[in-house]
Amino acid sequence: MTNPPSLQDAPKLRRAGRGGASHPLVELTLARFREFLREPEAVFWVFAFPVIMSCALGIAFRSRGNEPVIAGVADQAGADAIVAALEQRGEFTVRRIPPGEIERAIRDGRAPVVVIPGDPPSYTFDEARAESQVARLAVDAALQRAAGRADAFVPVNKPVSAVGSRYIDWLVPGLLGMNIMGTGLWGVGFAIVHARTKKLLKRLVATPMSKAHYLLANILSRLLYLALETSVIMGFAWLVFDVRIYGSLWALGALALFGALAFGGLGLLLASRARTIEAVSGLMNLVMLPMWVLSGIFFASTNFPDAMQPFIHALPLTALIDGLRGVVNEGRSLAELVPELGVMTAWGTISFALALKLFRWQ
Amino acid sequence: MLDDTERRVYHGYNWRVAPGSVALHCAGLVKRYGEVIAVNGLDLQVVRGECFGLLGPNGAGKTTTIEILEGLLTADAGEVTVLGRRWDRDAAALRPRLGIQLQETQLADKLTVHETLRMFRSFYPDGPEVDALLATVELGTKRDSWVSKLSGGQKQRLSVACALAGRPDLLFLDEPTTGLDPQSRRQLWAVLERFREAGGTILITTHYMDEAHALCDRVGIMDRGTLIALGTPRELVQSLGAEHVVEFAVTEGSVPSEAELAALPGVRDVRPAMSEAKGGPGPHSAESNGETHTSLSTSEVHLTIPALLDLLRRHDATLSLLGTHSATLEDVFVTLTGRQLRDD
Repeated sequence: MTNPPSLQDAPKLRRAGRGGASHPLVELTLARFREFLREPEAVFWVFAFPVIMSCALGIAFRSRGNEPVIAGVADQAGADAIVAALEQRGEFTVRRIPPGEIERAIRDGRAPVVVIPGDPPSYTFDEARAESQVARLAVDAALQRAAGRADAFVPVNKPVSAVGSRYIDWLVPGLLGMNIMGTGLWGVGFAIVHARTKKLLKRLVATPMSKAHYLLANILSRLLYLALETSVIMGFAWLVFDVRIYGSLWALGALALFGALAFGGLGLLLASRARTIEAVSGLMNLVMLPMWVLSGIFFASTNFPDAMQPFIHALPLTALIDGLRGVVNEGRSLAELVPELGVMTAWGTISFALALKLFRWQ
Repeated sequence: MLDDTERRVYHGYNWRVAPGSVALHCAGLVKRYGEVIAVNGLDLQVVRGECFGLLGPNGAGKTTTIEILEGLLTADAGEVTVLGRRWDRDAAALRPRLGIQLQETQLADKLTVHETLRMFRSFYPDGPEVDALLATVELGTKRDSWVSKLSGGQKQRLSVACALAGRPDLLFLDEPTTGLDPQSRRQLWAVLERFREAGGTILITTHYMDEAHALCDRVGIMDRGTLIALGTPRELVQSLGAEHVVEFAVTEGSVPSEAELAALPGVRDVRPAMSEAKGGPGPHSAESNGETHTSLSTSEVHLTIPALLDLLRRHDATLSLLGTHSATLEDVFVTLTGRQLRDD
């Protein structure tokens, strides 16, 4: 057997330094970052998922500008006259509905309103749906005019379709916020619980490694892909949907950073005691679910009753999304977003401090 | 590499207990888990430069003991001194001087061998170059492979390399070769031998007898949380008063009585066969397949066997098995406890 170099030879080469390794904080951060990049599922959830989501929602809710109103007409005696009256205006897409299917047509979205010919005609529509009500008003106005009602005056219409006020403009910051929350919690929490179940944490504690370095490295590696994920999401929205950022990129970056720190801290806290992946998954869903619903990702959080608003505004995701919309849609500066930054800082600091105290290393 | 004789010259028992050279000392160690007493008043001393083996079956308290000594568990009672320091006061000074390999650690699958070792190396202020470490454990060719692609033996060598990253004075190994094939075990032993030659101290737990024989200067046999025997492997085997074991089984005819067997020349002990052919699993009960297995401890095989054959002939017994082996630590354990060391 040939003799490999002995342990005694090596140190003579270079006594100082770390034998070719960098500072432990750098090594720990890089190790964590590499593990993340080599996990295809993680990469999908962080990058592909929000892009697919914004694509799907952007297409579903694309702004329809002057799209014609759909009007249904019960296909029975007298229908021809009404269809002619509506088509003459050029504002309607008219669909003839068999008389037996009127209510079903409203339910399944074929027509938001159905006119049943008669003297006077009757309108079947869904009171609870805005779209249905608007269609009823438009159809009524058209038929009244066709029957001879004169307008009292002719208003001047000034339609606005500015970039920045579409649903997609409003949605993208919400999706970005949701993603920062999800990757912060999963990215940090999962990795730690995984290392705990594999007894890797215990092994690390058996070295002179600083525990604070380990926890910090988990958050720092998370910040490395935060920059990537923010650029991918905003870049995609800009290229495909022409979503513009009205505020400064610095303000956007700062908000994303504060959000990532808040959720990174929360991720540490949730992972601080959990012994199994199942346990930590349950905890994370428990924490994320209320924010998915309340924090206004897909629809404005102002829809909830006033009594709930203080609670909603204390949630870190609400603060992050409100801040992101402020910068992206309204061009606000960081100085105007101090309350939001404060809420996120409080969540980050308190949860990091608690995590340090509660953390179970073995 | 040092041969057995040289090792005894440099690391003879008397030399090793010289004052001031104690690497590890514990006294009256107790650890309870609820009702279960895992460690029950253990005293242990490991001297610098020695390889000390802690032997025992699963559940004997080996892992609990080693983790207390490593500062990962706190004992309920007793005192522990490691390299002259105590965990409650000097943990920060102690950590960089110890190398630790845990039984159940799984290193990150998706890091390469080199990346893993770099990370561990970065925790230590002093130690060898990462590439030199890789060469020491003969993983140079696997430098850029993911940990998940390594064989069991390669993973264990990487794990030992991580333990060596700070050039420790004292190396703790908890069943490092469990589940490895013989060649992988030998490769790992070679790494440990080199560490020893460089002056390192090792505390290793194992339930492999040949491993203890091959590596350890002294072994402590542990059972139910206490040491039941302590000494060099040779001393322990000699303590049986018989260096050989004769094992036989008969299919037909009457079995000689225990008294008749004990009267045979050289025989020191008679018991239902518990021992096994070295390395392989043996019968666990005195009777299997209708045969009666018996084992005799003897100091003189050449006298015992002819006498045994004569005795069996007188009983009209037909031999279905006859074997002899040198007494091992396994036999020591069986003699002390009446149980097998390994329960698999």
